[in-house]
Amino acid sequence: MPPLVGTSTLRKEDPALLSGQGRYADDLPTAAGTLHAHVIRSPHPHADIVRIDPAEALAKDGVWAVITGEDVRKISDPFLVALKTPVHQWSLAVGRVRYVGEPVALVVAENRYLAEDAGELVQIEYRPLDAVIDPQAACAASAPVLHPEAKTNEISVRKFSYGDTKSAFERADARVALSSSFPRLSFTPMECYVVVAQYNPAERGYDVLANFQGPFSTHPVMARALRVPGPKLRLRIPPDSGGSFGIKLSVFPYIVLTAIAARITGRPVKWVEDRVEHLCAASSGPNRITEIEAAVTRDGRILGLRLDQLEDYGAFLRAPMPGPLYRMHGAVTGAYDIANVDVINRVVLTNKMPASLIRGFGGPQLYMALERLVQRIAIELGLDPLDVIRRNLVPAHKMPYRAAAGSLYDSGDYPRAVATATGGGRLDDLKRRRDAARAAGRKYGIGFAAIVEPAMSNMGYLSTLLTADARDKAGPKNGAVSMVTVNIDPLGAVSVTADCTVQGQGHETVLAQIVADQLGLKPDDINVVLEMDTAKDQWSIAAGTYSCRFTPGTAVAAHIAAGRMADKLKEIGAKQLNVLPADVELAQGKIRSRSNPDNAAPFGRVAGTSHWSPVMLPEGMAPALSETALWMPPELEPPSSDDRINTSLTYGFVFDMCGIEIDPLTYQVRVDRYVSMHDAGRILNPMIADGQMRGAFAQGIAAALYEEFTYNDEGAFLTGTFADYLVPTVSEIPAVEMLHQETPSPLTPLGAKGLAEGNCMSVPVCIANAIADALGVKDVPVPASPRRIHALLEGGGG
Amino acid sequence: MRRIAKDQRVRIRLTLNGRAAAAEAEPRLLLSDFLRHGLGATGTHVGCEHGVCGCCTVLIDGAAVRSCLTFAVQAEGCDVRTAESLAGPDGTLNPLQQAFQNHHALQCGFCTPGILMSFTDYLERNPRPSEAEIREVLSGHLCRCTGYAGIVSALLEAAGHRQSSEPRSKS
Amino acid sequence: MKPRPFDYVRPDSVDEAVAVLAEHGEEARVLAGGQSLVAMLNLRLADPAVLVDITRIAALDEIYDLGDRIEVGAAVTQNRLLAWPRLADKLPLLAAALPFVGHFQTRNKGTVCGSVAHADPSSEIALSLAVLAGEVVLRSQRGTRVLAAAAFQKDMLTTAREPDELITAVRFPVMSGRGVAFREVARRHGDFAIIAVAALVEDKAAVRLGVGGMSGRPVVRHIATADGSAARDTIDGMALELQGYEDLHASAAMRRDLLRRLGPVVIDEAIRCAA
Repeated sequence: MPPLVGTSTLRKEDPALLSGQGRYADDLPTAAGTLHAHVIRSPHPHADIVRIDPAEALAKDGVWAVITGEDVRKISDPFLVALKTPVHQWSLAVGRVRYVGEPVALVVAENRYLAEDAGELVQIEYRPLDAVIDPQAACAASAPVLHPEAKTNEISVRKFSYGDTKSAFERADARVALSSSFPRLSFTPMECYVVVAQYNPAERGYDVLANFQGPFSTHPVMARALRVPGPKLRLRIPPDSGGSFGIKLSVFPYIVLTAIAARITGRPVKWVEDRVEHLCAASSGPNRITEIEAAVTRDGRILGLRLDQLEDYGAFLRAPMPGPLYRMHGAVTGAYDIANVDVINRVVLTNKMPASLIRGFGGPQLYMALERLVQRIAIELGLDPLDVIRRNLVPAHKMPYRAAAGSLYDSGDYPRAVATATGGGRLDDLKRRRDAARAAGRKYGIGFAAIVEPAMSNMGYLSTLLTADARDKAGPKNGAVSMVTVNIDPLGAVSVTADCTVQGQGHETVLAQIVADQLGLKPDDINVVLEMDTAKDQWSIAAGTYSCRFTPGTAVAAHIAAGRMADKLKEIGAKQLNVLPADVELAQGKIRSRSNPDNAAPFGRVAGTSHWSPVMLPEGMAPALSETALWMPPELEPPSSDDRINTSLTYGFVFDMCGIEIDPLTYQVRVDRYVSMHDAGRILNPMIADGQMRGAFAQGIAAALYEEFTYNDEGAFLTGTFADYLVPTVSEIPAVEMLHQETPSPLTPLGAKGLAEGNCMSVPVCIANAIADALGVKDVPVPASPRRIHALLEGGGG
Repeated sequence: MRRIAKDQRVRIRLTLNGRAAAAEAEPRLLLSDFLRHGLGATGTHVGCEHGVCGCCTVLIDGAAVRSCLTFAVQAEGCDVRTAESLAGPDGTLNPLQQAFQNHHALQCGFCTPGILMSFTDYLERNPRPSEAEIREVLSGHLCRCTGYAGIVSALLEAAGHRQSSEPRSKS
Repeated sequence: MKPRPFDYVRPDSVDEAVAVLAEHGEEARVLAGGQSLVAMLNLRLADPAVLVDITRIAALDEIYDLGDRIEVGAAVTQNRLLAWPRLADKLPLLAAALPFVGHFQTRNKGTVCGSVAHADPSSEIALSLAVLAGEVVLRSQRGTRVLAAAAFQKDMLTTAREPDELITAVRFPVMSGRGVAFREVARRHGDFAIIAVAALVEDKAAVRLGVGGMSGRPVVRHIATADGSAARDTIDGMALELQGYEDLHASAAMRRDLLRRLGPVVIDEAIRCAA
């Protein structure tokens, strides 16, 4: 029987989802008497809260409570954040509002319609303050300070130095510099946040259902905020979730808020976020301004890099921020072999929605700067951009490669991937198209991007934010645990539970493939249940689905657990079949002798032995069949004393090239041809992998051309509905030719790397490079809307 | 002439997936909320409540419409169909649903019921659409997970084409 | 977001409908397709005390061929008109413009008259009505009046409809055999147009050029086409005069430049279509 891993097994999740039988958080039954909450939000970007008068709202029939920041402050603590600064955030604004959409009060009523009506009756008086929107303006001494106790909006500045950048710049033939900017956007999932909370006064504990995605390092943050020990915050994750892309980490303040509401009202409380709230206040990726400079030889070899990254986190840092600024840190040199690099990382706060987890998580921002710079190097030195890329790529013979800032690139053959992608006539075809278009007077450009895609975060990466001394005091942080349990029941049915959360990536199917392969069964024989319950399931702070940890993490734990289960079954079977364990194989639903396949027993019967007849088990073997594997790869070490950090376990490679044309009538950017080469090691399910890549590709196109959260200078939020915040439809997504190379990771038994974020990181800059080539400009505003292209072409403000 | 006062609740009767169904509604109750919470038919999803995302699309008297832009009282006496009506009584997927599974046309599944209902209507009117026509109708839906390529392939299969013009992934 | 409370009335006849409007005046809003109105209600941007649902008034759900004009009743959906077998022949401009109106799903419920009543500056149907010099039929308890498009369309979201009037139909003059062309620029397929340009050939020497999205209401001009560069100059002048306006998706300058670029292209397409 050929193995299932590596095949495009159809998804077990689909029949239910296709029949409207999915069970998302708002679909599940709620207890009788559940009340419904509505959040009243700040209309001002920055203001003192003078007075909240809920009297008129409370007088309405069916309204149970109006909860304010003062109520919240009495019974909860501010959220813990990695960066120790006097910046305090509760689940409602306390005393002051700092972004449009910030939760100010919570109305709890019999239904959502009534709660919204009552919300309009709550009288809130504000005293507006000056707001600051632009991150550079926020760093100025004259800027309004968001958190007076912190005395500044630039709440963290950390400098890093690796190798000898000073000498590199002194001996360089040239220096090339660039200013790059990455916008603020989100990958708004189609399902918004949902929380259902109950408080049990007898147990003094909370029981919450929410479509929270992890990481579960946030669980203690919520428990501490609620002033309860971990077991008293029972968090359940529903069977299905309508997408997350990092966004459903940030439901956690609402989990706390809804829990508090349940406690105050004495009833279960449900909150279903709507799209308007989601767009202005749920979460956002951070916007970043980068000054980047390279010291280069005249033939384009990069001797040293300097980066100054200013990242805008909005009004508050929420756990685990400033993640995006540090997640790529060890790999700040990208796909290139550069030994000398200086980095300055700045975190600034502004009067905008707090930024948090988002697919790509720092990669898009980093590569917008690095890959734009690589193109600039080519232009300023009169070289072919592809030659500059090739000249600097980490060569295959250096793998595994320790990057200057600490990442250990596990495997890869970057030059071969680039050769394959540009070969087969593809690059020639792009050049032909470009030449023909330009001959006809049209603006056409070619762009490239070569990026390294990390997966499965080292939980210690964020501590790089602290100095080595501070890290020593706090104790080292590192690692990432994955946990999977495989059970076999008395009739031989296999069940699997795992520490990932469902968001649509097909985890159930891939886990079934892995376990079925080890046990000689079919995917239908494997029952996978991924509804996490912190009171009863195995979980660690690393649990959840984020940073592509499933493939290098949870999937590996499943492989190990199933492998151990297989070994045990072989021993049991050996005794029953009267052969040696080494001669036993599990195949086609049977446990049989490899040398004499007719000597076989059904899987279920052999497995059942362990339950029903422990006396028949081999000497010393424990009865029952339950294997839990904990997978903790040793490569995820804490940051070293000189600030080197292996930020992730696996590193894939993506190389993109594209041709774009500016529509001569409408200023729209049209993608003429797009090629994307991926090396994510071994592919567990090609169909699912392809789906992940195409999803990331669409999100990359969205960032390049369509989506941006827009504020005016006064801080008013302008992209408040799906009419203005432009999520692309099928008509806006161009075709893409996906190519694959498989250089397995030596660091995991499956050899597979995470692969779902790559195109989020590569597409925006590949398109920006192509636009720069088409228009002959140095600064490409992203998203490159027709309005911005018009301004570039015709001059004047956009 | 039907008159319902704003704070009045009336029993709205309609046919849901071929069966008589009824529940209480005030005039402003959205059909999406009525189906999901009044009738327990949670297969229809709510993504925006302003008519752009398409998650809430259902059939009313055979036509695909946004249930978030329809009041339950407007659907009184109508024939409403949702994603729960598509599979056979034993759960067998219909050809459209099977095509979606074959081509990995869904990931989180949240936008999927709306797309299935749109095309249940459209393929009835136009059983052999071109790829351009398929894309045009699909543009009334937002999907965040798939990048749309798998959905287009699935719809081409459902519409009787053999393969899509979209280059497929290859090594 | 959920709408504020309102009374719901579903008349069975036009007489009943106008009686309700007479009773409630500005407190009432007519609910036809609802694709614009209900979104506004859900966002709490509109707040009528009474919604008057006219979609089940059979008399309004008709398309009448009056010979020189096509009359489209107020309950006729956009898709129904798009699927009308005689559309391409009698109203080629609408056949060209309707596919740009929202999406298949919204056209299943959105009405032709509703779009005219709503009067969004970039509405494709309102633009077509203006270019074709159509009419709007208004009924109230006081009687019936028929307004020419130019008199009916006043400004952004503003028409000459009195609060007690119901639009019962719009009439489009038949333009069989005339060359037409329609183009629009939008951020995404189906979005509100940044600019919409329509052309209708009058004769060998002139076209009617209509522009939506440049000002509060559609603008229609007569363009002499004998001399290509003179035509371009006229369009340039039009752009300068209309100025355009600024919003999230386009600057005024961009709108003007779009008109300058698209105008000649659309005129050309209309002329070639006639040939």
